Amino acid sequence: MMYALCIFLPLAAAAIAGLFGPWVKDRGAQIVTCGAMLLSAVISIFILKHVALDGQVQEVELFPWIVSGQFETAWALRFDTLTAVMVFVVTVVSCAVHFYSVGYMHHDPGVPRFFSYLSLFTFFMLLLVTSDNFLQLFVGWEGVGLCSYLLIGFWYEKPSANAAAIKAFLVNRVGDFGFALGIMGVFFLYNSLSFETVFAATPAKADAVLHFLNWDFNALTVLCLLLFVGAMGKSAQLGLHTWLPDAMEGPTPVSALIHAATMVTAGVFMVARLSPMFEYAPTALLVVAIVGASTAFFAATIGMCQNDIKRVIAYSTCSQLGYMFFACGVSAYAAGIFHLMTHAFFKALLFLGAGSVIHAMSAEQDMRKMGGIHKLVPLTHMLMWVGSLALAGMPFFAGYYSKDIILESAFAAGTGVGYYAFWLGIAAAVMTAFYSWRLIIMTFYGRPRADERVMAHVHESPKIMTVPLLVLALGAIVAGYVGYDAFVGEGMQAFWGKAILVLPAHPALEQAHHVPFWVKVLPILVGLAGIGMAYWLYMYRPDLPGRVARRFRGVYLFLYNKWYFDELYDRVFVNPARYLGRQLWQEGDGTLIDGLGPDGVAAVARNLAQRASRLQSGYVYHYAFAMLIGVAGLVTLYLWLQGR
Amino acid sequence: MINLTPVIPELVLACGGMALLMIGVFRGDGAMRSVAWISVLVLVVAGIASGTLSSDRQVVFGGQFVTDAFAQFAKWLVVIGAVFGIAMSLSYNERHEVARFEFPVLIVFATLGMFMMISANDLISLYVGLELQSLSLYVLAAFRRDNLRSSEAGLKYFVLGALSSGMLLYGASLVYGFAGSTGFDALAGVFKTGSGPSIGLIVGMVFVIAGLAFKISAVPFHMWTPDVYEGAPTPVTAFFALAPKIAAFALFMRVLTGPFGPLVAEWQQIVWLLAIASMILGALAAIWQSNIKRLLAYSSIGHVGYALVGLAAGNETGVRGVLIYLAIYLAMSAGAFCCVLAMRRGNRMVEGIDDLAGLSRTQPMVALAMAVLMFSMAGIPPLAGFFGKLYVFLAAVQAGLYALAVIGVLASVIGAYYYLRIIKIMYFDEPAESMDRPVGREIGAIMAASTLFIVLFFVYPSPILNGAQTAAAALFAG
Repeated sequence: MMYALCIFLPLAAAAIAGLFGPWVKDRGAQIVTCGAMLLSAVISIFILKHVALDGQVQEVELFPWIVSGQFETAWALRFDTLTAVMVFVVTVVSCAVHFYSVGYMHHDPGVPRFFSYLSLFTFFMLLLVTSDNFLQLFVGWEGVGLCSYLLIGFWYEKPSANAAAIKAFLVNRVGDFGFALGIMGVFFLYNSLSFETVFAATPAKADAVLHFLNWDFNALTVLCLLLFVGAMGKSAQLGLHTWLPDAMEGPTPVSALIHAATMVTAGVFMVARLSPMFEYAPTALLVVAIVGASTAFFAATIGMCQNDIKRVIAYSTCSQLGYMFFACGVSAYAAGIFHLMTHAFFKALLFLGAGSVIHAMSAEQDMRKMGGIHKLVPLTHMLMWVGSLALAGMPFFAGYYSKDIILESAFAAGTGVGYYAFWLGIAAAVMTAFYSWRLIIMTFYGRPRADERVMAHVHESPKIMTVPLLVLALGAIVAGYVGYDAFVGEGMQAFWGKAILVLPAHPALEQAHHVPFWVKVLPILVGLAGIGMAYWLYMYRPDLPGRVARRFRGVYLFLYNKWYFDELYDRVFVNPARYLGRQLWQEGDGTLIDGLGPDGVAAVARNLAQRASRLQSGYVYHYAFAMLIGVAGLVTLYLWLQGR
Repeated sequence: MINLTPVIPELVLACGGMALLMIGVFRGDGAMRSVAWISVLVLVVAGIASGTLSSDRQVVFGGQFVTDAFAQFAKWLVVIGAVFGIAMSLSYNERHEVARFEFPVLIVFATLGMFMMISANDLISLYVGLELQSLSLYVLAAFRRDNLRSSEAGLKYFVLGALSSGMLLYGASLVYGFAGSTGFDALAGVFKTGSGPSIGLIVGMVFVIAGLAFKISAVPFHMWTPDVYEGAPTPVTAFFALAPKIAAFALFMRVLTGPFGPLVAEWQQIVWLLAIASMILGALAAIWQSNIKRLLAYSSIGHVGYALVGLAAGNETGVRGVLIYLAIYLAMSAGAFCCVLAMRRGNRMVEGIDDLAGLSRTQPMVALAMAVLMFSMAGIPPLAGFFGKLYVFLAAVQAGLYALAVIGVLASVIGAYYYLRIIKIMYFDEPAESMDRPVGREIGAIMAASTLFIVLFFVYPSPILNGAQTAAAALFAG
């Protein structure tokens, strides 16, 4: 009961705020949704204690959904440790974002709509993580996609917001296509979509073969890769990442909740959830690790050259998601989820802090027009420091524990891919530290680059916005230390129970605690190096970055333009599709279908109508003639029919 | 002693009509209203008398005359049409100074002719009934004899009607010559046993069908309809659209399923052609009309086409569909013509479709009724017109006439255009000068009654459906 309440409270709140918005007014919508989220968050803490710490796996059957032949599926909630952790993260961050939004959105005309979407998103996210079968997972998956679309395009008067919303939706569709195929494949192979059934049958199916177009594939590998395509779309991995930076068009709390802490991590969650399948598909794991590591590196390079404060953080998110994936790829799922949790806290903190800065700077997002405000917004400044320290993996902040264990696992995996991931991860760590401090220095230090009117207006955010930030900051500071033992340390086995399966053949996480000393220290050292470099370049020699950019103009432009991914996609997919669409519209529909269809038929009908009325001449002898012709015609017809 | 019980309704009409003539002669035209209401009374009595008769099949006058459930159903529809016709004419005639007592009397006699047609069981009695009806109608069409268009309409109708009667008679004589009998029962027996009909018989049958098709104004024997509808005084037009069409259709069905019943394979193709031609022409030709009466004339041609679809099925379901269609058509036409009668401006009738512009604002109730009737004629659910079409198309599909049903549906799509155009003009165009008010008691009542029938038909359709079912069964019992 309590479990179901935790999931459905946000839905109820969303319904009230969304359907009765005009009656409950702004204030009512805020109270209802925030209240529901607070309650959900409190419940989620109990759930975390019951399920994860006391080890009581819960299943709540709601009602049967589809029963058709062999195919049966039900609405059911399944709470194991993995779910409990996710529910905890989602509700707590969502709760913080809800409260923060009360302040951030207070002069927006669409407050009830905003809160309704936000709560609806939370509901779908919870549905996603509590699902006990593939189909319900897919419902949640699409539901969060929908809410993401609605919230990116929340300011629908802005063409750029609409374009970004559509882009996010379309790019996700590519991933969802793979995901849907994967689900169908699962049903094809297992005759069931229930996690329990599928996982139980997986060891026996490890060598099953899929016969397709005269080729034989390892069925499990194909399925896992298809499902991973879905995860890539949702988690903005290399190739399908282009929507995430654009998604920053949405309001900042949305970026914090959806595009940093929760929705984009759904892919990581899915891979971890399906660990019993991925474990038996080593090729798929290989791909996961390579894609993850490449994304971590690639996104970090771009992050170094962006000027929009939110885009920097967006690429950083992309990069951190890459870390989580390659952790999963080397079978250190627990490390991936651990990083997911800590990342949710410090990245939400960073985003909301950035929102606070934007709020203070009268909606300015370009870092080149900021600077010199650290005394004016001391609390935000401090919180951004906390978030960045955690992100850069400085000792004893949350990111330190989770990121290090990931890198150590990659090293400990001892495979080629492991080393590949390790070194790219180290490189990304340098860059992460660099762009984080580049952001802090450009935003808070130096001389003010904004005009006087804006500077006169700079102010610290109200309490309703800063208190949630403090809660998240607390998470960003202690989550790593508190969670380390249970998630990836001594208590690992007891904590995860059966939620995550790791084959004895993949002991990366076990081995991670026994790596050489330099592996443990290297991330800290490179992080410090990155920070130092940022200080040197932007604090003490502010003339240098420009010179470097000019000197290595090609490289700079390549990074600044995001490796030209958007241009490439425009050239390869968008323009041909648009051309094809235009052709089909103008030639196919306009000329052919309309011409022959509605317009043509209408013209013929009018023409015939004119002729028909002209028949009516008014002369009796014409009429009599017509009758006689009619009779003669009918007689002839009869005789002819008779004669046949 | 001849059993006269089955002919009591006809006797009532005949005696009543002659008595009314007497009253009129002695009281003069001043008695028009009382004569009219007594005529209505006579019609209602005849209708009730017909209804109280046993619904078993009874044949009298040496096989000339038959009465059964089919005849009862058709006669009821005819009586309703005739009563509506008289009621609608009252104020119109007074306003146009043609308030002559002969008008209702002529309608009574025409109704008598229709009753005879419906109950005809012999080619001779068929012709006598038909001519009694037609002669009355010719006079009615030219009733405003000082009006050029009215006399022209009457004359045209007469000339062409004579031609069609000639065809009918010629066909009847051919049939008699080749089959040796004029009685329906005897003819049916001959066709049943024969080894396939001879050419002469076929030609005779075609001529008979052509003569009857003229009466129901099926294409290509429809040419008189638009001219006569437009020229005749509006109440007469309304009456034309209501009663004679139903009577002629009843006769058509009786002839085709009775004496020519065994030849169903032969006449099915002809009816098929007539139906398609009527539906298409009715749908297309109406599009360009600017006169509402002409438009309704084409619309009635189209409706005849749809009804013929049911007849083309050539079985009990088909006939049932036709009867349902006719009943609904009666209500739709009565309502629509009431709306036309309500179109007066400065004490003059206006007939242009453009005159309806903005009617929804000047006379919202009339506009609403008209809109409902137009939607129903276009066959939009849940109005009655939809069910009428549904039953005939259903019968056609069950009989395997898919092409016919498809063409019918397409034609009704095209036809929907001009029905919807009227609604568009009434509701969305700038109002023209407002129409005279009030519309008149009788007209308002008929309009309201028919609109309510159309709207509420789907709630309680069983009386019509069951009546049609029994009637259709009676036709195929013999």
